[in-house]
Amino acid sequence: MTGRTLFDKVWHSHEIVRDEDGQSLLWVDRHFVHEGSFHAFAKLAARQQAVARPDLTIGVADHYVPTRGRNLPIANADIRGVVDRLYANTANHDIRLFGLEDPRQGIVHVLGPEQGFTLPGLLIVCGDSHTSTHGAFGSIAFGIGASEVAHVLATQTIWQRKPKVMRMTINGRPSPGVGAKDIALNWIARLGADGARGYAIEYAGEAVRGLSMEGRLTLCNLSIEGGARCGMVGPDAVTIDYLRDKPHAPRGKVFDAACDAWLALRSDADATFDREVILDAAEIAPTVSWGTSPEDALPVDQSVPDPDDAGDTAHADHMRDALAYMGLRPAQRITDIAIDRVFIGSCTNARLEDLEAAAAVLRGRHARVPGLVSPGSSLVKQQAEARGLDRIFTAAGLDWVGSGCSMCVAMNGDILPAGERCASTTNRNFKGRQGPGGRTHLMSPAMAAAAAVTGYVTDVRELMAGREPA
Amino acid sequence: MTPLNQLTAMACPLGLSNVDTDQLIPARFMKRSRGEGYGQFLLHDLRFDQAGAAVPDFPLNMPQADSCRILVARRNFGGGSSREAAVYALVDFGFRCVIAPSFGDIFTGNAVNNGLLPARVAESDCAAILKKLDGAVGTISVDLERQEIGIKGTGFAFEIDPTARRKLLNGWDDIDLTAQYAAEINRFVRQDATRRPWAQSIARTSPDPVTQKPADS
Repeated sequence: MTGRTLFDKVWHSHEIVRDEDGQSLLWVDRHFVHEGSFHAFAKLAARQQAVARPDLTIGVADHYVPTRGRNLPIANADIRGVVDRLYANTANHDIRLFGLEDPRQGIVHVLGPEQGFTLPGLLIVCGDSHTSTHGAFGSIAFGIGASEVAHVLATQTIWQRKPKVMRMTINGRPSPGVGAKDIALNWIARLGADGARGYAIEYAGEAVRGLSMEGRLTLCNLSIEGGARCGMVGPDAVTIDYLRDKPHAPRGKVFDAACDAWLALRSDADATFDREVILDAAEIAPTVSWGTSPEDALPVDQSVPDPDDAGDTAHADHMRDALAYMGLRPAQRITDIAIDRVFIGSCTNARLEDLEAAAAVLRGRHARVPGLVSPGSSLVKQQAEARGLDRIFTAAGLDWVGSGCSMCVAMNGDILPAGERCASTTNRNFKGRQGPGGRTHLMSPAMAAAAAVTGYVTDVRELMAGREPA
Repeated sequence: MTPLNQLTAMACPLGLSNVDTDQLIPARFMKRSRGEGYGQFLLHDLRFDQAGAAVPDFPLNMPQADSCRILVARRNFGGGSSREAAVYALVDFGFRCVIAPSFGDIFTGNAVNNGLLPARVAESDCAAILKKLDGAVGTISVDLERQEIGIKGTGFAFEIDPTARRKLLNGWDDIDLTAQYAAEINRFVRQDATRRPWAQSIARTSPDPVTQKPADS
């Protein structure tokens, strides 16, 4: 018998039926809904349909919540309206809600793991593309659209065609100053923003095993930016240690039984993959995006590319357009790019480890540009403050604000002004993503902190020489 | 949902790659309900400059663009965010079909659920179609049954997932389809509850702190 992959095992344990043309009806274990769910709830209301499993549905306010003045009513009526609709919809359908004033509130992809809603071997969906984050625990997790959210609310199931499976093995160990964000930007630059389209990715290899849960969450978070359906890491001792004593994770004998099942979730030695990609962690440098797609990324010590060197006209057109939008010249050194602002936050990079990495660079230093640090959850905020990280950020001149999607989505009041260039720990450098006309350079929290210190995109390894790493 | 089979309509040559959903509809327009119409916001920040004036050489601002039902783009159309509002904007503007060499995965599902056909063509065929349009709007015919695109006497094959094709041809709604499988779902849940008790009910060790509902909601 041929071995099965981790993805196959989790998929088959959720398959209810498969129809005549190969679509599978899958059981959904956890469904997260945020403010953007109002379209789906409207569809449900139009059909006069009940929520099938409110007990497995979790409401979180994150996209539209302001990060300042959190003890005050939301001033902007449009924003308040969207947040209020989430409160009303979850209350009407008896769904638990992590609202603004909840001490556990946070970005859905930070809160889910933190509270123990995310467990290995589950199938998790949310109307948000970065749901791929939760695959770090060895679950199948992916983003869905509003029509699908309505379908999951009504049935607790989803129709999917089984994707192909790619194993991405990252051998060796990354050098100091290089982390999960750099690994992810590196593979997306190599394969393209649609390079993993049609695939689920299983991340493997020494460099992945060596990542903390937080690093694995970052890596899986960015799977969607390379077009993958989802990303996964097989559960191991790191996973189990993280889950022990999480508020909503099982306890006692159930936990022990679950651990046995979870640790069995791994690709068999003789499993075959539809595609294998192998990278060497030692060859990965701190990586920065220069253009308007996450695939437009390069090692920090290189120069902005020249469209005249592009292989084909369509790619050259994309590069010319990206350079014009970003206000950059071909062959300009990446470290010669002056920045106007720093943002440290988002579901990609706003966990405690991320904030510690940024603080290790900023400790005792001043930022040359203004900036915002938004922790991924209210719990992360408390933990960071207990460690004094907030004082390092504010002493450096950066603003320390409440948790939420903040300047990653530009829906909640935190916006990158037009024409400004931002060193950002977010996931998307799309045109206008952080605000109309804003220019985003994606990088790790340590790299964003280094950019804050010098006012230029900077190789963080130079600033960490002789310092304690985070 | 209106079924879609054959469509002969004016096509607009967008000709851009990596048109992500953030560009299709910028986040700041997404606070509105669907009933208010999303078409006016389609590709807003590319269509209009910062003063709100129409960008003259942008394809969607060409004469006749508002009568187009087909859009021709390049690779990785609709990548990025899961926001279905990107599809609402295309559909409300009047599009029933987008032709491109590759589409964002979530976008494809969203498109089909709203009766918008994502027709995937070879990269070279896409270039050929754009060349035939030559920077202007022009008539294209799309045959979903035969999975064929016709322009100026030349045919190009396109690909689409068979289920997506059936849903578009029939105008099917997923929730109705799934209702047929209620017995299978119930059987799955019963078996799974003993197999994976931790998955079927969420553990809680202490009562959740009460989240206060705002008075005016």
